[in-house]
Amino acid sequence: MSQKILLTSKEVNIILHRLACQLIEKHLDFSNTILIGIQPRGKYLAERIKQILEDEYNIKNIPLGFLDITFFRDDFRRNEKPMEANKTQIDFLVEDKKVVFIDDVLYTGRSIRAALTAIQSFGRPSGIELLTLIDRRFSRDLPIQPDYRGRQVDAINNEKVIVHWKENDGEDQVLLVAKEVKS
Amino acid sequence: MKELSVNHLLGIKYINKNDIDLIFETADQFKEVINRPIKKVPSLQHITIANIFFEDSTRTKLSFELAQKRLSADVMSFSVAQSSVKKGETLIDTVNNILSMKVDMVVMRHKNPGAAHFLSQNVKASIVNAGDGAHEHPTQALLDSYSIREKLGEVGGKKVVIVGDVLHSRVALSNIFALQMQGAEVMVCGPKTLIPRYITELGVKYEPNLRKALEWCDVANMLRVQNERLDVNYFPSTREYSQQYGVDKALLDSLNKEIVIMHPGPINRGVEITSDVADSSQSVILNQVENGVAVRMAVIYLLAQKIK
Repeated sequence: MSQKILLTSKEVNIILHRLACQLIEKHLDFSNTILIGIQPRGKYLAERIKQILEDEYNIKNIPLGFLDITFFRDDFRRNEKPMEANKTQIDFLVEDKKVVFIDDVLYTGRSIRAALTAIQSFGRPSGIELLTLIDRRFSRDLPIQPDYRGRQVDAINNEKVIVHWKENDGEDQVLLVAKEVKS
Repeated sequence: MKELSVNHLLGIKYINKNDIDLIFETADQFKEVINRPIKKVPSLQHITIANIFFEDSTRTKLSFELAQKRLSADVMSFSVAQSSVKKGETLIDTVNNILSMKVDMVVMRHKNPGAAHFLSQNVKASIVNAGDGAHEHPTQALLDSYSIREKLGEVGGKKVVIVGDVLHSRVALSNIFALQMQGAEVMVCGPKTLIPRYITELGVKYEPNLRKALEWCDVANMLRVQNERLDVNYFPSTREYSQQYGVDKALLDSLNKEIVIMHPGPINRGVEITSDVADSSQSVILNQVENGVAVRMAVIYLLAQKIK
């Protein structure tokens, strides 16, 4: 299995700050905005963005929730691996709010499709935007594009983009891993 | 990645501790779902489930149906009273006819022990046992354990006493298996006529005195006196039963600790437990009903995942 480093810890940090600034440009004081991390991996990115907005730009009390999309996926029973559910934690209604979905990698767009359905259980948002750290180009199955993107990556189908977070994996890092092709 | 070790839920004795843990973890997520403003998820849109009840049921049938609908499955329910079983059709024929309408899963209650197991070996569908005679009622045992886990943090190491008609109870047997699997200690308590003779060989204790049993336990699961199954007199009178084995508030208050009271329903108020006990803060009876939906959603969801 070969792997290549796409982004180092320093680069990830710069990108996170840029994404935070882009959010401020659009949402100003976040008084009507809600951040939603898509479980499982979008959680870390969402927490990190919120942290930066609080610590460095002094924007407090941004509502942050986590949305699990397992039960809303369209590949139930089509996927070889059984899917494991994670915690959904949204302690507020999203009715008439601006919602920003946050996920680490945008690939086929199917997770976001599921998230768009899942969020309806919590009300009707006035608008939904998408922020992703990595945007894998040319791989979309659905017409879904990010509003804020960290880095665009071209990868072929048997390659996998893996995002490591220091909270969970020891170091911030984005890797491109080539899966071994079985002969 | 985790999945169940079985393709059917026939009884607790056919599954293992990992399965129970997985069912509970999944049920946690579904419990969150059923407390949302919109309580439905689309997971099982392409699954059809038949609920076949050869024996009467209100709670279990409603709970299963609701769980299936919350998962967006297509559901058909059928009770024997309105069916061709009365005309002499065999069990396999009945179920195969239903399956030829492209049904993926069958939830069945039957008066004969082993009916679900028999079916699982003879028809092509995922089978969930919703009670087979006096044998097993696995989803009830799972929701009981889930409710204990919710109230006390964990099931392992807890002392649970099952009080009442253990002889005719499928809930008791499934509960004994489930609790022991999770490392709880189990005791049964009731008139000797209603306790199976060799029950202690399952590794459970027997205590004829209710007060002693309650002093020992953390949780008391009060079984219903199943009047419809009592073909001969197992105790002199209902009044005497409730004096010996009924729990009232005075008895609970006289214990030196607070125990959790459970009941699988339907309650004979004033027989097994009095109204003030059933409605007290120590009782988790209504939580059991709510948890029943979440646990059944988890079971159906996890089994549906294994349908190929």
